[in-house]
Amino acid sequence: MQIECVINDQKTVLEANAGELLADTLRARGLLSVRKGCDTACCGLCTVWIDGKPTLSCAVPVFRAQGKHITTIEGVSEEAAAFARLLAAEGAEQCGFCSPGFIMTVLAMKRELKNPTEADIVHYLTGNLCRCTGYMGQMRAVKKYLGVAS
Amino acid sequence: MYTIAGLAQPDTLEEAYRILLHRRTNAILGGCAYLRLGRRKIGTAIDLSKLSLNYIIETEARVEIGAMATLREIETHPALRSLYDGMLTKAVGNIIGVQFRNVATVGGSVFSRYGFSDLITALLALDSEVELYKQGWLALTDFLARPFERDILVRISIKKDGRRAAYHSLRNSASDYPLLNVAVSRHDDAWRIAVGARPNVAVLAPQAAAQLAAGAGSPEGIAAVARAAASELTFGSNMRASASYRQAMCQVLVKRAVLEVLSCR
Ligand SMILES: Cc1cc2nc3c(=O)[nH]c(=O)nc-3n(C[C@H](O)[C@H](O)[C@H](O)COP(=O)(O)OP(=O)(O)OC[C@H]3O[C@@H](n4cnc5c(N)ncnc54)[C@H](O)[C@@H]3O)c2cc1C
Ligand code: FES
Ligand code: FES
Repeated sequence: MQIECVINDQKTVLEANAGELLADTLRARGLLSVRKGCDTACCGLCTVWIDGKPTLSCAVPVFRAQGKHITTIEGVSEEAAAFARLLAAEGAEQCGFCSPGFIMTVLAMKRELKNPTEADIVHYLTGNLCRCTGYMGQMRAVKKYLGVAS
Repeated sequence: MYTIAGLAQPDTLEEAYRILLHRRTNAILGGCAYLRLGRRKIGTAIDLSKLSLNYIIETEARVEIGAMATLREIETHPALRSLYDGMLTKAVGNIIGVQFRNVATVGGSVFSRYGFSDLITALLALDSEVELYKQGWLALTDFLARPFERDILVRISIKKDGRRAAYHSLRNSASDYPLLNVAVSRHDDAWRIAVGARPNVAVLAPQAAAQLAAGAGSPEGIAAVARAAASELTFGSNMRASASYRQAMCQVLVKRAVLEVLSCR
């Protein structure tokens, strides 16, 4: 089937099977930032935005992208790079496999929450797992990025 | 992972229901998050996207939630943050993460009657009703008690009756399935105590609720109510907790929730 949508600000027509997942279609189109880290919809690595909302692309069937705006980290590269520099400065990353999904959630949080507390930040980021780190460096970087570091 | 042979995007509920009954392998798609865990071979997948069921509407008398509304939409709905003391916001807020809740739907969550469900427990305490395409309007209590029948969940309706409410769940770790959840509400002197993830689906504890109605407001009274709830309900064991642990924790959560409701002004 054909799905018309906008991917990273470009009008696109996707060719896909009805049962295909958005994550797989995006990867097949070369958007290799989109990764899958689990089979159970609970790691957050596959996070992309659909109409601006952070969404698990491993759970959404691709036909649901019809008429929608899809954003991956490739589409917000400058903002992502600015936050990634803070992450690196805090020594927050190890293997980095979880980073694209994590960064997409942080950028969405910045748009959605005003002056979040630490508890608000943890709540928003609970769905992003990282196998290597203890999240402390990420928290420092996120607070700096959101301008709420004490 | 499930597979889909064909996709239907009907324009009416009537058509959706007809396709659903047409073959045993046909299935309604909610957010597809739970479907993804299984290996169903779906014949015709029925997508409800064209039926405008993605809404939360607040009227004078009720809150109505369409089947395709997401858990995140419940969580962030401005009116639901204050109605029922924010109980629904709180109940869905621990389910995986924001990105997941932007996907999972109310229809998929309630129709499936998952034992662990946080949403069902909260809705049960609020005396909610569900509309099914074929079976019509049912009290959620009745829907949960009925044998399974293929149908389409259309919407949920909750009265705005000034009810005060509280929600508590217990998890071994954040965003894991709850090992027990408790929702309590009070409307004048009528109380409802719902306990879910026992690990079976939520039920009411009517005897404990009756003790509260009779005015068991003292600390000893509330402790007795909590004991009553834990002894009138049945609990089972699974990988998350044993039956006896659930029973013990039921007392704790019921007590906390009742105290919270009593302190609501
Ligand atoms: C890893 C994981 C962890 C979870 N943890 C929790 C938790 O801690 N607490 C909690 O409460 N829930 C939890 N859930 C359940 C989740 O909140 C949703 O209830 C679940 O994903 C189903 O919603 P869905 O929209 O994804 O439905 P789907 O996966 O699309 O559908 C589920 C079932 O419902 C049917 N269905 C869907 N919509 C309708 C409808 N309108 N009418 C009739 N039938 C319909 C489908 O045919 C299917 O059989 C978890 C789910 C997953 C995958
Ligand atoms: S791949 Fe793990 S949540 Fe999507
Ligand atoms: S840095 Fe390795 S998974 Fe997060």
